[in-house]
Amino acid sequence: MIRVHELISNLAVRLALIGCALLCAIFVFGYVGGWWSPQRLTQDRMAAAFLQVNGPHPGFRLNHAKGVCVTGWFDSTGEAIAVSKAAVFQVGKVPVVGRFSLAGGMPFQVDKPTTVRALALQFLPSGAQEWRTATLNIPVFAVNSARGFYDQLFATAPDPRTGKPDPAKMTAFLGAHPETAKALSIISKRTISSGFFDSTFNGLNAFRFVNSAGASVPVRWSFLPMASLPEEAMPQPTPADENYLFDALIAQIHRHPLQWRLMITVGAADDPTDDATRPWPNERRNIDAGTVTIDQVASEDGGASCTGINFDPLVLPNGIEASDDPLLSARSAVYARSFTIRAGQVHEKPPSAVAVNPRAVQGTAP
Amino acid sequence: MIPDRARFPAFSRLLHWLMAVMILAMLLIGIGMAASVSERYRVLVSIHRPLGIAILILVVVRLVNRLFNPAPSLPATMSALEKLGAKGSHVLLYILMAVLPLVGWGMLSAARYPIVLFGGLHLPPILPHNLSLYSGLRQLHTVLAFLLFATFIAHFGAALFHGLVRRDGVLESMAPSLRNLLQSEHRDRQSHD
Repeated sequence: MIRVHELISNLAVRLALIGCALLCAIFVFGYVGGWWSPQRLTQDRMAAAFLQVNGPHPGFRLNHAKGVCVTGWFDSTGEAIAVSKAAVFQVGKVPVVGRFSLAGGMPFQVDKPTTVRALALQFLPSGAQEWRTATLNIPVFAVNSARGFYDQLFATAPDPRTGKPDPAKMTAFLGAHPETAKALSIISKRTISSGFFDSTFNGLNAFRFVNSAGASVPVRWSFLPMASLPEEAMPQPTPADENYLFDALIAQIHRHPLQWRLMITVGAADDPTDDATRPWPNERRNIDAGTVTIDQVASEDGGASCTGINFDPLVLPNGIEASDDPLLSARSAVYARSFTIRAGQVHEKPPSAVAVNPRAVQGTAP
Repeated sequence: MIPDRARFPAFSRLLHWLMAVMILAMLLIGIGMAASVSERYRVLVSIHRPLGIAILILVVVRLVNRLFNPAPSLPATMSALEKLGAKGSHVLLYILMAVLPLVGWGMLSAARYPIVLFGGLHLPPILPHNLSLYSGLRQLHTVLAFLLFATFIAHFGAALFHGLVRRDGVLESMAPSLRNLLQSEHRDRQSHD
């Protein structure tokens, strides 16, 4: 005690102690912020990777940059109430805001049949908690972690010299990520439908539904297209124009509302919930939760409703919870960063590639 | 000699240390979640929002408490400039403690994120849905958070300086446990002189 007393009675030592305490505080702050760990994957580094691979596209989403806004409604059957207490599943009609898009950070990419298609939806039950989800037309996700996604971005990026991805990089990537090799073999066997209207969109990540009794079950969900019209009444997408998928979608919505059935797949206790690259067995129980009807379409420009929405997969109502899938946090974090970046660029954004001609609306209205 | 100084009342000290822990946790959670893409992100966000609102409520309680229980006067050994610095930095701390949660609430409103406190409990939006407004407030939130951290560092450094170098009772006025320890030690030293 006396030694300690003598030590801190020395002014220089006391000042040094104060300096150390302050430096420690600053060090801890910086450590948590990732300042001293350049290898750590952060939101900044993920956003920088998108910019490096795709180039700057001010005002657009970092991923799924090419898209179009839609609105409609959800008719709930009430059948999902047994597994989730979320207000959106009560019998009734709920307004929906959505966005169809293509995967990739290039807002002016040419529509191709094999490019992954997406449907993002926001369910807005009146006076109750909303639900946002973003779904893809592939059966499983290609990666199961943020690191996998980051590595995949660079492995699949076109080589500036050839304009095509470097096969050596892809081989190295698949060697380091065997889960992706397995997932890609499942994805490559899928049937690719002709357009957005007949695509099945899968949630891919697992979530948990909680019912009013507090019982929690693992779930995944899908939107299954409904053949509501004979084919000859619908304009079929044909790969000719650079926006052929979107133009066909717009023409179809102008003629007739498009519909998808929301199917909830209830997993067994030992089904993987933390790995979006692994499918669940086909025999799992499905619940027909209701029908999504899309009847309006608008370009992203001019104040369309989907432009201001971040389709964050963790915006969930009471009754739907995140699972232990690490991709959910990763997606939520990177979507938020993408949203923040583009929110600061709204005045720099050039018009989106997909335009919705208002005259076509009048011309084809029944 | 030991200055005969009044201590902060027990309730003021309780509020101070409770909020000190909450605000430090909040600063670390904030910088951590703004960087993270790991599973911690979800957990940190779910703590950040209700903790921010709790701080907003407590700062109101604290301001009211301060009206009824003013701070003890600063020691006469401090120069006018030092006193101005002390007063100014405390005013800044109070402003930041109140404004940061409000900017956070406002920016989530402008982005139309649900403002989730706990599972069933959401706060209403306080600003219109506007991306440019969101962007401005989001940047302001970061700038103010760094300013709060810098002010905390100054506050922490000044407190240690009062306690270890000046030994003028200012640190002890807020820290009862340290007060006993340091004052008894101080007395020992005085008796040896």
